[in-house]
Amino acid sequence: MRSYLSDRMGAALLMAPLLLFLVLAYAWPFFGVVKWSFTLPTPGLGQYEALLTDDLVQSVFIRTLRIAAVVTVVSVAAAYAITVVWVRGTRAQRLIAEFCILVPFWISVLTRAFGWVALLSNRGLINSWLQAIGFISEPLALVRNEFGVIVGMTHFLIPFAVFPLASAMRSLDDRVLLAARGLGSSRMRTFWTVFVPMTRSGIIGAAMIVFVFSLGFFVTPAILGGGRSVMIAELIYLRIFQSPDWGLGAAISVVLVLFVGALMALLFRYVRPKQLI
Amino acid sequence: MPTYRPGPASLVIAAFVALFLLLPLLAVIPVSLTPSRMLAMPSGELSLRHYRSLVEDPRWLQSILLSIRIGIVSSAFSTVLALCFSLGVWMFQPRFTAALVGFVLLPMVVPPVVSAITLYFLLTSISGFSSFFGYDTWLGVAMAHSVMTVPFATVLMLVSLSQLDRRIDLAARGLGASVWERATRIIMPNIKFGIITAALLSFVLSWEEIGVTLFITSVNAITLPRLMWMGLRDNIDPAIAALSVILIIITVLVLAVRSVVVRQRGAQ
Repeated sequence: MRSYLSDRMGAALLMAPLLLFLVLAYAWPFFGVVKWSFTLPTPGLGQYEALLTDDLVQSVFIRTLRIAAVVTVVSVAAAYAITVVWVRGTRAQRLIAEFCILVPFWISVLTRAFGWVALLSNRGLINSWLQAIGFISEPLALVRNEFGVIVGMTHFLIPFAVFPLASAMRSLDDRVLLAARGLGSSRMRTFWTVFVPMTRSGIIGAAMIVFVFSLGFFVTPAILGGGRSVMIAELIYLRIFQSPDWGLGAAISVVLVLFVGALMALLFRYVRPKQLI
Repeated sequence: MPTYRPGPASLVIAAFVALFLLLPLLAVIPVSLTPSRMLAMPSGELSLRHYRSLVEDPRWLQSILLSIRIGIVSSAFSTVLALCFSLGVWMFQPRFTAALVGFVLLPMVVPPVVSAITLYFLLTSISGFSSFFGYDTWLGVAMAHSVMTVPFATVLMLVSLSQLDRRIDLAARGLGASVWERATRIIMPNIKFGIITAALLSFVLSWEEIGVTLFITSVNAITLPRLMWMGLRDNIDPAIAALSVILIIITVLVLAVRSVVVRQRGAQ
C-alpha cells in the first residue's frame, strides 16, 4: 500500500500550508473578535443587549437594510438590461456592452466613488451645468446623503449582478423563444412571459449577491454618505477607531456574519454555486 | 449564434445603463484639468498642475512604490499557497474536499468589514511581539492582503485544473513519475495560464485593496488607496482626479491588450 500512504501524505503536505495559514491568520483572530464581543468592556451579553436597545444601532441597521433593498432592485434591473445586449446583441453591440461592464468592474472602488463626487457634489459637473443653463439657482443636494450612497453603490454592484444573469441567459435554449414567436406571441410578451421567467435562477443569484455585498459595504457609503448616512460597516469602523467601543463593534460584526451566513444558506437552496459565475 | 436579438426598447434602456456606468469615469477627466486648488470644473483655461503634483509630491511616489512592494510580496505568497493547495486537491482528491475548499473561500464571502476587524485583531496581537511585523507595518499589510486574495487565486487555479485532462497525469504516474515530477513537469506547465492569471489578479486586488487596509494602517504603511482615501475624506484634492485618469487609462489599455491576446489564443 505504498502509493496509498504516499498519496495521503502528499495531499496533506501540499494542502497544509494554506490551511495552516488561514487557521492562524483568519479563523483564530475571528474567534478573538467573537471573544471581544462577549468580554469588552465587561464580560457578559451586554453588547448584544445594546444592539437590541440602542437607538443609533437600530437606525443604522434599518437604514442599511433599506439601502441594500433599493440598491438590489435598481442594480439587478439595470444589469438585466445591459446583460441582454451583452449576451444576445450583434457583434458590435456585444463589444460595446462588454467594454461598459468590464472597465468599471476593474477600476478601483475609490476612483469610482470619486467620479461620483466629481459629478454630484455642489461644485460638481451636474450642479455646475444645471446652474450654467439657469435651471436651478442653488446647487441640488445630490451627495452626502442617502441618494449619493445609493447611486454609488448601484454603480459599483451592477457588474457583479451581470455575471450570474449572463450565465443564466447563455444557457437558455433559443428554440423556446422561437417557438413562442412562432405561436404568435409578440416580442414584448415573449420577453416577459418566456425569457424573464427562464432566467429566474440568474435573477435570484444576482439579487442575493448584490444584497449580501451591500450589507457589508464600507468605502462607497463612507465617501458618498459624508458621515451622514452611516451604514453598518461604517458603524463598525467608527466603534473601533473613533469612540473606542471594541465590544460593540465586534458584536455588530458577529451579527453581520450570522445574517450573511443565513442568507447564503438560503441562496444555495435555490441556486447552485456554478450558476453564479 | 443567438437568433433572438434585443429589440429597440432593450437597446435604449441598455444604452442608459451603459452611460450610467461610464459617466463617473468620464467625469474625472475635466476635474483633473482644473487650474483650481479645490475640486471644481475648469472654467476657461486648463492646467496640468495636478498631474505635475503627482510627480513632484513625494508622498504619491512613496505610496505607489509601497503598494507595488506589498502587491508583489502578497501576490507571490498567495499564488504559491493557492497553487500547492489546488495541486493537493486535484492530484489526491482527499475526503472533505468540499469543506476544505469552502473554508479557503471564506475571506471572499465574509463581508469585507468583518475580515477587516478580524485582521485588525490579528495584527494588533502580533504587534505585542514584533515591531516590524504587525499593525501598521508593510509586512503586516502584505500578509493581510494575502488572506484576502488567496481565495480568488485558489478559485482560478481550481478552474484551470478542472479543464486539465487527468489521463496525462495518470500516464506520467504509470510511467513512474514521482509526485514532485508530476506536479512540476506535467501539471504546472499545463495550467501556466491559470497560474499567471492568479498571480496578476492577486496583485491587482492587493493594489486596490482599501477596506481592510483602512483598519490595519495608520501613519507608516500608507498604500496608494490609503493615500487616496485620506485625500477624499478631508479636503478633496484634485490630484486624485489626475491619478484616477491615469489609472483608468491603464485599465482600458490592459483590458484592450487582454482581449486581443484572448482572441489570438482562441484563433490558434
